[in-house]
Amino acid sequence: MTEEGGDTLLRRFSIPRIAVEARTEEPSPRARGRRRQRPAALSIIGLGFVALLFVWLGYCLVNNPNDFFTIFLIGLTQGSVYALVALGYTLVYGILQLINFAHGDVFALTGLFMASLIANRFHLDETSGAGVILLGLAAVFLIAMVFGAAVNASIELLAYRRLRNAPRLAVLITAVGMSFIIQNISLAVFDVNFRSIPQLISERDVFVIGGVHYTWEALFVILVTLPVLLVLSYVVRSTRHGKAMRATAQDPEASAMMGINVNRTISFTFLLAGGLAGIGAVLFLVEFNVRYDTGFELGLIAFTAAVLGGIGNLLGAVLGSLIIGMIQAFNEGPFIFAPGSDWTRSIVFGILIAILVFRPEGLLGERTPEGA
Amino acid sequence: MPRRRDTARATMRSYRSQAAHRSGLNAARATLRRGWYRLPGPVRRFGPAILVLIVAVLYPYYLSSLPTGNVPLIYSFPSVRSAVTIIVFTMMAVGLNVVVGYCGLLDLGYVAFYAIGAYSAGWLASGQFEQVKFHFGSVGVTHDARGIHISIWLVLILAAMLTALGGILIGLPTLRLRGDYLAIVTLGFGEIIPQFVRNADSLHGFDLTHGTFGISPIDSPGFGNSLHDRVGLPAAYSAQFNADRLFYWTAILLLILTIVACIQLRDSRLGRAWIAIREDETAAGAMGIPLMRTKTWAYAIGAFFGGAAGAYIASFNAGAFPSQFSFNISVFLLCMVILGGMGSIWGVVVAGGILAWLNVEGLANIGTWLNDNLFPASHQIEVAKYQFGIYGVIIVLMMMFRPQGLIPEARRKREMEEGGRGPLDEPLYEMRGADEPGAGERGAPEQPIPRG
Repeated sequence: MTEEGGDTLLRRFSIPRIAVEARTEEPSPRARGRRRQRPAALSIIGLGFVALLFVWLGYCLVNNPNDFFTIFLIGLTQGSVYALVALGYTLVYGILQLINFAHGDVFALTGLFMASLIANRFHLDETSGAGVILLGLAAVFLIAMVFGAAVNASIELLAYRRLRNAPRLAVLITAVGMSFIIQNISLAVFDVNFRSIPQLISERDVFVIGGVHYTWEALFVILVTLPVLLVLSYVVRSTRHGKAMRATAQDPEASAMMGINVNRTISFTFLLAGGLAGIGAVLFLVEFNVRYDTGFELGLIAFTAAVLGGIGNLLGAVLGSLIIGMIQAFNEGPFIFAPGSDWTRSIVFGILIAILVFRPEGLLGERTPEGA
Repeated sequence: MPRRRDTARATMRSYRSQAAHRSGLNAARATLRRGWYRLPGPVRRFGPAILVLIVAVLYPYYLSSLPTGNVPLIYSFPSVRSAVTIIVFTMMAVGLNVVVGYCGLLDLGYVAFYAIGAYSAGWLASGQFEQVKFHFGSVGVTHDARGIHISIWLVLILAAMLTALGGILIGLPTLRLRGDYLAIVTLGFGEIIPQFVRNADSLHGFDLTHGTFGISPIDSPGFGNSLHDRVGLPAAYSAQFNADRLFYWTAILLLILTIVACIQLRDSRLGRAWIAIREDETAAGAMGIPLMRTKTWAYAIGAFFGGAAGAYIASFNAGAFPSQFSFNISVFLLCMVILGGMGSIWGVVVAGGILAWLNVEGLANIGTWLNDNLFPASHQIEVAKYQFGIYGVIIVLMMMFRPQGLIPEARRKREMEEGGRGPLDEPLYEMRGADEPGAGERGAPEQPIPRG
């Protein structure tokens, strides 16, 4: 094990730096002390899978570089939308150790709300001037953030807060229940139809290299996501609220003793997560359309991404999302042996199961959530 | 101290007589209660169940004399055909109760077992595999029919065993994980398996599941011609004019078998091990219970009943279709277990019956009744559309206000009150004092174990 010795020692004799870890079968995180030796056979199989994947990717690259890079860019775009949702899961899991099943549905509800808002209130469409579109989109992002944040925080306020001292199972089941409720609200208000927004961002190419096209639309997604991630990183790392969040994630009792208002910090986390989901929803709308049940599947994919990166780890969530986005894009791409979009869900969940079997702590397997 | 006891008895007597005299109703209740406790033990123990059973078995006979159309609130009583579905779903809930209720493992993908069961029936008792011709005790199909046709009675067992095997395969890699991770992995399997059956219509050109069309027709149960001629048992259900009734009685029989098996299991060595794990996994492991094996057994047995139920309903519907197996079904079954009370068989049966009825036709009926009688024509509502929202509300409200369920199992209730520490029972936060000032001084009799 390449575990740094001093850290292990520290971990053994100091207050357990728990907060977040993949909960495997060890009796308790405190009693764990040393990392369990993973069976060698399992790691070999796992590495074998990864190696096979890379062989396949290399083959695709050599065989058809144009398609490869086109698909790569699609994956990048898709991954950055997933990242915004996955961050919400990871933030909440980091602080409450709760899989917030309702998160994906908050995403869908926000998307639907914004779609109807853009169409009915803002009257934005392809013919509007560039300035109007940009201003309008800025307003749209702002409203989406506020809306998503408000919905997410009120879920916490209404349901999860009352269960703070309840068994974990109770809270988890409540989260499933809330997911159904939000999904049904979407259904009741916005009906079963898919909603989309007009083509606000041009689909023309930013650049064409060889046969590789990169559209403004894709660039727009990246241009929005990157600053958001930077701001988030700043908020979590340097602001008072961010510090309170990290402290609470590490040890709620101790941080309460230190004068941190734990409940308010948790609410803040939900606000943050909801806001990210709101931005993600608008970006998703730019490329795809949304229905009441879009959020469920997308949420599961994003959650998988969060687990892949190491849940509770912000950087991990982004990395995991990019990887999952790539996997989805390549799976649906025109390559040999690519199973196609019929199998996307199975593949994503297969990956989830594989991670939990082979490397439950995720790629950036840190035990603390403040890895951003 | 005989003296004090005498005084106490006298006080009790006077209190009782007072209470009895207070009103006629109380007196009647007291008499009833006294009469009830005077009954012999077995009658008290099995009487209510047998009474319910008789009412249920005779249901098809008196259904026609029940009022139909515009019965207050429920609009009409369920048809025998709906009742079959209700009972089979209840059976699945009882199976899920083994996993969630007894062993405390949250399973969000129970629908996978339903699917495996249904498709096993499809493979073993239909014309799906045209390449072969294999008959074994099949009824209701001609002798030259292609495909595998095995007697449904056997298929029920085979499908259940196959599903149990599937449960073990799913369980082995995942049961190492704790609580919420297990939930998400089971959810993953619950999504993978339906997608697999939807897509597996040309695996290298081999049609395993017939894609979105599903496998149909699937043979129906029956006793064959020789038994029909000698004893008068129906040769094949599908050929009978009262097929629904036959399916109904068989479903009741299956449900009874499931319930009896689950009660026996609960009181067995294995069942006690499950409950020990549910109460405190660490302590159970320390006492020498093999955790992995015990949990895998819970998974396998839960899957067994799910598989049998799936196979039976596939035979009843004469088909297995991929659209039947959505995540909603998993949550719906979980909802039954929660509503009834995790670990409480009778609770799960009652809640399962109610929720399954709501799902099959109850909600639609209630909606119709409300629209007919309460809401004006301009404000009609579509209750069935909010079905899953209603389940969501039920789940959330139950978790908030009555987490032990409607009919809680005595032991589970005590656990809830004392605060057990099962795999999922460790509280999210142990934070007294953060939002309730002075909570620390109150001095809980049991100091909560620190998290972790």
